[in-house]
Amino acid sequence: MARDIDIREGIDWTTVWLYAALVLFGWLNIYAAVYNPENPIEIISLSHNAGRQLIFIGASFILILIILFVDYKVYDSFAYIFYGLVILLLIGTIFLATEIKGSRSWIKIGTFSFQPAEFSKVFTALALARYLSTQNVNITRFRDAIVAGVMVFLPPVIIILQKETGSALTFAAFVAVFYREGLPGIYPALGIALAILFVVTLFVPNPVFIMIGLAVLCGLFWYLFLKRYERTQQNLIRLVGVFVLASMFVFGTGFFITKVLQPHQQKRIQVLVNPDSDPLGAGWNVTQSRIAISSGGIIGKGYLQGTQTKFDFVPEQSTDFIFCTVGEEWGFVGSLIVILIFAALLNRIINLAEKQRSKFARIYGYCVASILFFHLFVNIGMTIGLMPVIGIPLPFLSYGGSSLWSFTMLLFIFLKLDAHRSYKV
Amino acid sequence: MFQDRKQIILGFFFIICGVYLFRLLYLQVIDDKYRTLGSTNAIKKEVQIPLRGQIYDRNGKLLVANVDVYDMYVTPNKVKNIDTVTFCRLFGITRGFFDSTMHVAKTYSPRRASLFLRQLSKEDFGRVSDAMVHFSGFSFELSFFRTYPAHTMANALGYIGEISKKDFEAQVVEYYRSGDYVGITGLEKQYESELRGRRGVKFTMMNVKGEDKGSYAAGEYDTLAVIGKNLYTTIDVEIQQLADSLFQGKTGCAVAIEPKTGEILAMGSYPYFDPNLLSGKQFAKNFKELYRNPDKPLNDRVATGFFRPGSTFKLVQALVALQLGAIEPSTAFPLGGAPVKCHVHSGSPNDLHNAVRFSCNPYFYHVFRKTMSMGNETNPFKEAPVMLSKWHEMMSKFGYGQKLGIDLPSESSGLLPNVKYYNKRYGEYQWKFSNIYSLSIGEGEVSVNMLKMANLAATIANRGYWITPHLVKGVGQVSKGVKPSLQEVHQTGIDTRHFESIIGGMQDAVERGTVSGGAGIVPGIAICGKTGTSQNKKGKDNSVFIAFAPRENPTIAIAVMVQNAGFGGSFAAPIATLMIEKYLKRKVERIALKERMMNTSIKTVEAMAGKGAEMKANIAEPKKTDKIPESPKKEIPKSVKADIITPKEKILAPKNTK
Repeated sequence: MARDIDIREGIDWTTVWLYAALVLFGWLNIYAAVYNPENPIEIISLSHNAGRQLIFIGASFILILIILFVDYKVYDSFAYIFYGLVILLLIGTIFLATEIKGSRSWIKIGTFSFQPAEFSKVFTALALARYLSTQNVNITRFRDAIVAGVMVFLPPVIIILQKETGSALTFAAFVAVFYREGLPGIYPALGIALAILFVVTLFVPNPVFIMIGLAVLCGLFWYLFLKRYERTQQNLIRLVGVFVLASMFVFGTGFFITKVLQPHQQKRIQVLVNPDSDPLGAGWNVTQSRIAISSGGIIGKGYLQGTQTKFDFVPEQSTDFIFCTVGEEWGFVGSLIVILIFAALLNRIINLAEKQRSKFARIYGYCVASILFFHLFVNIGMTIGLMPVIGIPLPFLSYGGSSLWSFTMLLFIFLKLDAHRSYKV
Repeated sequence: MFQDRKQIILGFFFIICGVYLFRLLYLQVIDDKYRTLGSTNAIKKEVQIPLRGQIYDRNGKLLVANVDVYDMYVTPNKVKNIDTVTFCRLFGITRGFFDSTMHVAKTYSPRRASLFLRQLSKEDFGRVSDAMVHFSGFSFELSFFRTYPAHTMANALGYIGEISKKDFEAQVVEYYRSGDYVGITGLEKQYESELRGRRGVKFTMMNVKGEDKGSYAAGEYDTLAVIGKNLYTTIDVEIQQLADSLFQGKTGCAVAIEPKTGEILAMGSYPYFDPNLLSGKQFAKNFKELYRNPDKPLNDRVATGFFRPGSTFKLVQALVALQLGAIEPSTAFPLGGAPVKCHVHSGSPNDLHNAVRFSCNPYFYHVFRKTMSMGNETNPFKEAPVMLSKWHEMMSKFGYGQKLGIDLPSESSGLLPNVKYYNKRYGEYQWKFSNIYSLSIGEGEVSVNMLKMANLAATIANRGYWITPHLVKGVGQVSKGVKPSLQEVHQTGIDTRHFESIIGGMQDAVERGTVSGGAGIVPGIAICGKTGTSQNKKGKDNSVFIAFAPRENPTIAIAVMVQNAGFGGSFAAPIATLMIEKYLKRKVERIALKERMMNTSIKTVEAMAGKGAEMKANIAEPKKTDKIPESPKKEIPKSVKADIITPKEKILAPKNTK
C-alpha cells in the first residue's frame, strides 16, 4: 500500500494550536519566573530553566515529527512490547537512579536526566487501549476488569517504590476510561463519595458529628427517596450496613492519617485544612502560592512585573507552581484563559475520541483526556489551596523535559491515530 | 454502547474547571486579604541563627561556650563597580581568593546570597562596617563559633562543622540550609536537635530603592529564634583535667563512672588535643594535622576502640563460674596442667582470692575449663557448643559483644565469640575447649572497648547490676530531658554473694599483689582493682587497669589503658588510682607519683613507624624491681592439646597466708 507521506494530512489543527498556545504560554511564564530586572539573562542559554525549556520545546518538535512519521499501526501492534519495556525501565530505575531529595526516580545520563515515571503513563495508556479493544474483552466482566486493573496498577506500585508518590497517583485517572468503557457507574460514584467523606473527615475534627450527619442523610434517603413499598426490612438492613461501613471509613481515615502517612505527608494534609497552622514550614508553599495568585487581581501585575514569584517566595515556581506566575502576572484574566484552553482541549480530545471508528483509538483518546485532566485537577487545585501539595506538573506549562515530552507524546500519538480514523484498525 | 457517558465525563471535567475558576475569581477579584501583602515591591528575608546550647560539667563549670562572629555573604549581581584592591586589603584576602569565591557564588546563583567569608570577629566587623558603604552586595549575618574554656574532652564533646552534602540531601524535614553548622561527632552530634535551637525568620518590606519599610504582614510570618538548650553533663572537669595531665606524652584512654547512677565522671581519649583546634578559622589546617597523626587522636578510644581485655577479663570469668557452680571461692587449682604459665608463686596452689590477687593464668585456665565442662555431654565436641552458648548468654548480660547504649553517636559492640562464630571458623562439632581456652584470660577472639571495662568495674562495685553509662544528666535543665533508656538498670544475674571473694582479691591485688611498689595505695581509701596486660599485635603490650573505690558504697569505678606501656601495674594503675584519689579526696597527695606519671612519655609503635624513629627502648621506665610478668606467651602452639591433661578434682590447698 503506497501512500505518500504527508504528515499534515488528517491532523486535527485545532488541537495542535491549543497545544502550541499552552506550550508557548508556559515558556513565557518560565522565563518570567527566572527573569530578574537587575540582571537580564540571555534567552538561549543552558544556565537557566527558560533556556533549557526552549531546547526541550525544540526537541518536542522533532519528537512530534517522528511520531507522525511512524506508521499508525505501530502504536497498536507494539503496545504490549512498549509496556513491557517501560515496566523493566521503571524497575531498573530503582537501582540505577541517583537519589534526588529522597526519591529514586531520575536516571542520569551525563548532564541529561529524565524520569521514566512520566513516560510510563503514555505506554500504560497504549497497552490499556490495546487490551480493552481486544475482541471478547469486556470490562464489565470480572476477570477482564482484574486484568485491566493490574495493567494500570503495576506501574504506580513501582513508582511508589521509587518514592515518587505524586506521579503514582496520576494513574487513578484511568478510572474515567474504565467508566466510559462500561464499568458500572457505582464504582466511580463510590470513589467520589468516599473522597468527599474523606475531606469532610479532615475538616470536621469530631467523628461523632460526621456520624450524626451520616445518620441524618440515611434518614432523609429512607423517607424522601424510597417509595413506601421499597421500605422493606431488607432495605433497612442494607441502609444500616452502608451507615456502618461509612462510619468505619471515617474512623479508618483518622487511623490512616496518623499511622500510615509519613510525617511530611501528614503535614501537607494538615496544611490544606489550616494553612496558617505552620506558615513557615509545610504551609509555606501553600500560603505563598495563594498570596502570589491573589495579588494578581483582575488583570495581573503585567508580564515580568511579578514580585511574589521572584525573590524566591514561591518555591518550585517553574515546575509545580508555574500557575502562580500565571496568576500573579496575568491576573484572573490569565488564569481564566489557561483554564479555558485546557477545557477546550479536553472537550476537543473527547469529541475526537468518540468519532473514532477503532475502539483502540477511542479508548486511547479517553486515556489522554483523563491523564491531562487529572494533572490539571491536582496541580491547579494545589496552587489555589484546594488540594494538598502533590508534586505533579501542569501539562505543557511546567518546566521539565520529561514532563513536556511525555505529554507531547501522549497527545500526538492520539492525533496520529485520529489522522487515520477512516482506516479501521 | 455507553456513549451517553461521554456527557457525564465531560460534565465532570467542566464542573471542576468551573469550581476552580470560581475559586480563582474569589481569590483574585473578590477577596483582598492577600492582595496588599503581595503588592509591595520586595520583601527581605532575614535569617536569625540562634545561639547553640552551652555544655556544662556536673559542678556547673563551662565546657563549651559560644563566641559571636559575623559571616559575610555576597549577592553577586548586586556587586557593582567594586574596588577590588581596597576590598582585598580591607579583609586581608588575596585577589585569587576573591575571584574564586565570587566565581563559586555566581555559579550557585547570581541573585541569591552566598557565603563569602566566615567568622569575622566583632573587632573586625567594627573595623570594616564603615568602609562597607562603598561596597554594595555584601551583607552580614550574626553567627558564632564554639569555644572550649576547659580545653578538654575533645572526642566526647565532638565538634561542629558545615553540614555534609549527603546529610543535607537526606534530611526528611527540611531544616538545614547548605553551609549550616551541625554537630559532626560526639555530644554535639548526639544532641544536635536539642543544642541547635530553632532558627528564626524575619520578613521586612523594602521599596524599590531598597529602603526598609517595616515588618512584613505585621510580623505574622516572622518566627523568633529559639536559643538552643544547654547540656548538663555528668563530667567532673577536675578529674578530667587531671587525667589529661597524667596522660601527657602517652596514648590510651581513661573513663570513670559513678556506679550507682551510670554517670560518666571522666572520659578521655589520648593523645590529648585541645578541642579549640577544631573550631574557628583554622579548622581545616588543624583537622588535617590531627587526621594525619599516626596515633589517631581523632579516634575516640573509650567508646569506639577495639582492645583485648587481658587479665581484667578474669574477674567476669570467675563470676560466671561461681554462678554456674563450677567453682567455689575456696577452689584451688594446681599450677601445672595448663598451657599458660604463672611465674610468681610456683609451688602452692592458689584459691580464688589469691588467683585474683596475683592474676594467676593457670588458675583461670582451669576456671574456664570447669565452666565449659558443666554440661551433661561426654563428647567434648558436643559439650563445647552447649556450654559456650550458656556462657555467652551470661557474659552478654555484662554488656559484652553489644553496645551499652551510651549517649554518643558511635559506639563499638566489640566481639564476644559465640557458637556460630566458632562453627564458621572450625566447622560444626569440629572444636572444643582446647580451641577456645585463650578466652579464659581475656586474649584470643574477645574484644572490648574501655567503656565496657569501666562498666565491669561499676558492675562489681554494685555487686551485680549496671546502669547504662551516660554523659548527659540534663537537657535544658539539670536532671531533665534525659532519655529513660539512659537510666535503665541491667541485672547480670550473678548473685550478690559471689562478689565478695573477688572483691577481696581485688583489694589485695592493689595493696599487696600485682600493682607493684605500692603505686596503687592511697592512704585511707580501700581501692579494689585488677591489672591487665593485653597483647597488642603491633608491639609492646597495653597496660590496663580497672578499679573501684571505696570498697564499701563505691562512688567511682574506673578503667584506664595506656597503649604499649607494658605491664598493667606500671602505668594504668598509678593513673587510675591518682584519679580516684583526686575524686574522693579532692586533692592529690602522692605528688611524686603524679610528677613521675606526667613526665614519662611513651611512644606508640604507630608513632615510631610513622616517624621512622629509632626502635630503641622508648619508655623511660620507672625503676622496677619486682616486675610480675603476667601476660601469657604470645604464641601458644596449636599442637598443645589441653584436654590430654587429666583434670584433677578440686585440689584443696591451704590458704595463702601471705
